[in-house]
Amino acid sequence: MTQLLDIKGLDIALPANSQRPLAVSGMDLQLSTNEIVCVVGESGSGKSLTARAIMGLLPAPHVRVASGEILFNGEDLVKVSDDRLRALRGSEISMIFQEPMTALNPVMTIGVQIDEVFRFHQKMPSKERRARALQLLHDVQLPDPEQALKAYPHELSGGQRQRAMIAMALALDPKILIADEPTTALDVTTQAQVLKLIKEMQETHGTGVLFITHDFGVVADIADRVCVMQNGLVVETGTRDQVLRHPEHPYTKALIGAVPDLMPRPARPRSDETVLKVNALEKTYRSGGGLFGGKGREVHAADDVTFDLARGETLGIVGESGSGKSTVARCIVRLNDAEAGEILLDGVDLRPLGRAAMRPHRSKIQMVFQDPFASLNPRTRVGKIIAQGPIMYGATQQDAKARTLELLDIVGLDARAYDRYPHEFSGGQRQRIGIARALALEPDILVADEPVSALDVSIQAQILTLLDDIRERMNLSMVFITHDLRVAAQVCDRLAVMQRGKVIEVGPTAQVFADPQAEYTRQLLAAVPGKDWFSKPDAPKVVAAAG
Amino acid sequence: MSLTARRARYVVKRLLQSIPIVIAIVVLNFFLLQLAEGDAVDVLAGEAGSATPEYMAELRAKFGLDQPLSIQLAVYLKNVMFLDLGYSFRHEMPVSELIADRVLPTVLLMVSTITIAVGFGVFLGLVAAMGLNTWRDTAISIFALITYATPLFWVGLMLIVVFSLNLGWFPTSGMENFAMFYEGWDRVWDIAHHLVLPTITLSLFYLALYTRLMRASMLEQAGQDYVTTARAKGVTENRIMFVHVLRNALLPVVTMAGVQVGALIGGSVIVESVFAWPGLGMLAFEALFSRDLNLLLGIFLLSALLVVAVNLVVDIVYSTLDPRIEVN
Amino acid sequence: MAFFKLFARNRGALIGLIILGVVTFLAATAHLFFPDDPFSLAGTPMSGPGQNGYLLGSDSLGRDVAAGIAHGAKTSLLIGLLATLVAVCVGIVMGALAGYHGGIIDNLLMRLTEMFQTIPSFIFAILLVAIMKPSIESIVIAIAVVSWPAVARLVRGEFLSLRNREFVQACHTLGMSDTRIILGEILPNCLSPVIVIGSLMVASAILIESGLAFLGLGDPNIMSWGFQIGAGRTLLRSAWWICTFPGIAILLTVLAINLVGEGINDALNPRLRERS
Repeated sequence: MTQLLDIKGLDIALPANSQRPLAVSGMDLQLSTNEIVCVVGESGSGKSLTARAIMGLLPAPHVRVASGEILFNGEDLVKVSDDRLRALRGSEISMIFQEPMTALNPVMTIGVQIDEVFRFHQKMPSKERRARALQLLHDVQLPDPEQALKAYPHELSGGQRQRAMIAMALALDPKILIADEPTTALDVTTQAQVLKLIKEMQETHGTGVLFITHDFGVVADIADRVCVMQNGLVVETGTRDQVLRHPEHPYTKALIGAVPDLMPRPARPRSDETVLKVNALEKTYRSGGGLFGGKGREVHAADDVTFDLARGETLGIVGESGSGKSTVARCIVRLNDAEAGEILLDGVDLRPLGRAAMRPHRSKIQMVFQDPFASLNPRTRVGKIIAQGPIMYGATQQDAKARTLELLDIVGLDARAYDRYPHEFSGGQRQRIGIARALALEPDILVADEPVSALDVSIQAQILTLLDDIRERMNLSMVFITHDLRVAAQVCDRLAVMQRGKVIEVGPTAQVFADPQAEYTRQLLAAVPGKDWFSKPDAPKVVAAAG
Repeated sequence: MSLTARRARYVVKRLLQSIPIVIAIVVLNFFLLQLAEGDAVDVLAGEAGSATPEYMAELRAKFGLDQPLSIQLAVYLKNVMFLDLGYSFRHEMPVSELIADRVLPTVLLMVSTITIAVGFGVFLGLVAAMGLNTWRDTAISIFALITYATPLFWVGLMLIVVFSLNLGWFPTSGMENFAMFYEGWDRVWDIAHHLVLPTITLSLFYLALYTRLMRASMLEQAGQDYVTTARAKGVTENRIMFVHVLRNALLPVVTMAGVQVGALIGGSVIVESVFAWPGLGMLAFEALFSRDLNLLLGIFLLSALLVVAVNLVVDIVYSTLDPRIEVN
Repeated sequence: MAFFKLFARNRGALIGLIILGVVTFLAATAHLFFPDDPFSLAGTPMSGPGQNGYLLGSDSLGRDVAAGIAHGAKTSLLIGLLATLVAVCVGIVMGALAGYHGGIIDNLLMRLTEMFQTIPSFIFAILLVAIMKPSIESIVIAIAVVSWPAVARLVRGEFLSLRNREFVQACHTLGMSDTRIILGEILPNCLSPVIVIGSLMVASAILIESGLAFLGLGDPNIMSWGFQIGAGRTLLRSAWWICTFPGIAILLTVLAINLVGEGINDALNPRLRERS
């Protein structure tokens, strides 16, 4: 192994009026041939800017390297000319990005975009360029390379697009590949495949890979060495085993501790009382078509979905994007209208009820949403957001206010939050406000649609604990939608696994995890990143400091 | 399905989609005619000086004006379908013939205007966006801001004052110098000479529009992720600007070029009347003065149809530029 | 006032605001400084600027150009504001209904706005005024009729994206009524682009009005800039000032309103500003 990259004392300066003067400060990092170094950190840690600084792609003139060296084979990338940097980019150092849809030019074919890499770095007849592009697409295991060459980005799936990106980055066999959260936008099974591909390509070519991620599961799966960043500082570096098994810095410990255990929690006795019964639910989306368009496409988002929910239990609905899990949740709370089937709440079928008839039942079943930034009206004060439910159902102003203050306390917020606007709070705090709103009507059932997937991992743990406490305290039953099996293992008593609109497996969480019946469930479980690392039945639960 | 087949399908679909709009416009036209005070018979009677109520009733029966509205509408629709837009009693000619005489000059003016406005607009927007916050950007932005705020007719008049009356470079009005009996290239040159000032006048406003749009569009596209990808590939800045960014940035400009055709026709009424350019706009101005509503409505209908047609063409051009359109 | 601070950072917007202030002042005090009817044939015809006590000259009938400009300011601002107000109200109602309900209502309303956008708007305005006979009301109606589709499309777009926001869905799960959701939850969140488009529409309304008046479709009893230019165009050769000054008045007013509109836009969307 020879050293490729040596970053010494790197400072990246932010514009004058930013929250902190330096995005990255005093960073040291080394990367050698044939190794994968993971840079891990939560949002705002400066990990992505580090990657861009190496490429010379910082958003100039606002963000720039203030001091330090980035030595690539002894050449300081901070000081080299633009032309030299351009010659290195794409040939010696390549990069892939998080969102392959926006990272590819929408009006150019994949073939042309790969071809550019050859054209701008080497003299090569166009026939040979084409042959090599085809070979690349074949190497990244795209199903039909000929077709992919002619395809526009929107004609490929997310995973295929990322494969095309990888092909493009590896076109000239670069020494360094920088991967900026390349699997974050992908489904878990696709993520597993893409990670495997990156690892394989890295091994065959002996590439040095700098892999930026927030996910310790991914780190566990592919890293040789790890570099943990917090607020622009490197707090810990070491081999994968060192950092994951024996973290030294408290922040690293907290982050690793916050990674939810894939070990299902111990089963609790199940109540005999069924509060919600969903029977043969059907929902189809039609797109396209119209007056003259002929037949549109049909997507079966819910296909004969059946399950029941006992009092006090948490039922997890898990699946990848497009599985129909969110549609089911939205049908239950009657945000969407299902076409057929039953939604029995206390013996009443909610499905066919009109708006007026539905209204008396609304308070019994409430929802917690995914996006803490979109789920609160930016122009309404927190107090009103929570209190307006009770007021609509006839509570007096004083009662509603008293109830709101009580709820703020329950979800762990200060009473002063009452008069503030949502933008004054962090993501985790907003999610608490959203939970308080859902609780304000004293529901029997809480439907939580991916309530933690937009949050940093340390905040996730807090919100999950909160939801569990509340369920216990108020004797709630919960339907918990998630794509993340780790999260599901933490909070769900039972699981329903969905694929393409169908429930393919239902059972107690521990049983589904230990002995999955459906092939797809097995795939899902196998795809969970870092599954062999973070199964620590006796590890103490570390709850990180409030965020 | 192959690409050509999909494109053909798209064209047919867009063609079918514009039919209801055309019908709606014709219906609107009919009701506007109804809204106007007095009908053709009143106009005729006015022309004749005096007419007895009996005679007028007879005339109404003859023109079918005593029929229920729905039947009149059906007759009107049928007439329009056969390009019968009614009769101009002022000019004592069918409206369609009057219009046919005047279409060419207007089309000439529009084509030259669109070419100049879009061409220079794209160019200036590009220059401004590439030299962001330099003096070039500032100068172009100020120029666009001012021309965007100037009334067309005033620009026309001022150009006449400066370039025709004071400098004598261009004729003040008309499309050609009939007195000279030019033929062949001489005539083309003569018409081109007359075309300069009207074209500049009509282009200025739209030039400003496209400049601003192009600049904003370039800046927006320059901030997209795919630009970073292209840089990360080591592609040159020129290629990034003129191939990656430009192609995406042109899309909204093409859309806008279609949307603005309607406004352009409106502008031509003013410009043609300022320069006495013998096109549809001038005809509309004359119709307005002689209160010839039949003619005015005919021009209105035709210009609306022209917009529908141009939009259709623009959409088809757009579909060749943006591959994503075929999905929807 | 965070808004005004942001607004004042934009130098162009401040200049616009000052010009607009002067024009408004001129309109408000027209009857003080020029108490006579601007149509009155005050004295010597065809006086150049500065001659015979005419600041900006007089026209062929001896009407004071300066007085016409002052009184014309009132007309322009009044028509610009009224027409915009009507267009914005109609546009909001149409756009909100279409965007919120979607489906057939949306389809119908969008076909309608599409048709309105296909029709050459200036010719349509000419037609409407010609049919209704020129008057302040008919001009305001005509301008509003050709302007509302832009607002409707904008509001519809905002409603379409906002109605699927989670905070709106949360209101549905609470059982809130449509009216309350539309008025209390969604509308306040799409007001800022409406304010911006509204301010820019005042400018285009003034341009349309001046065009109509230039073609002789102004209210015959009210002085307006377009009318002055239309009346002076035959005298271009001998009396350039009759056309020139009212034109400058239009230019400055429209420019000022556009500048202010952009300033409002920048102040309401600070992120966009940093990009450009």
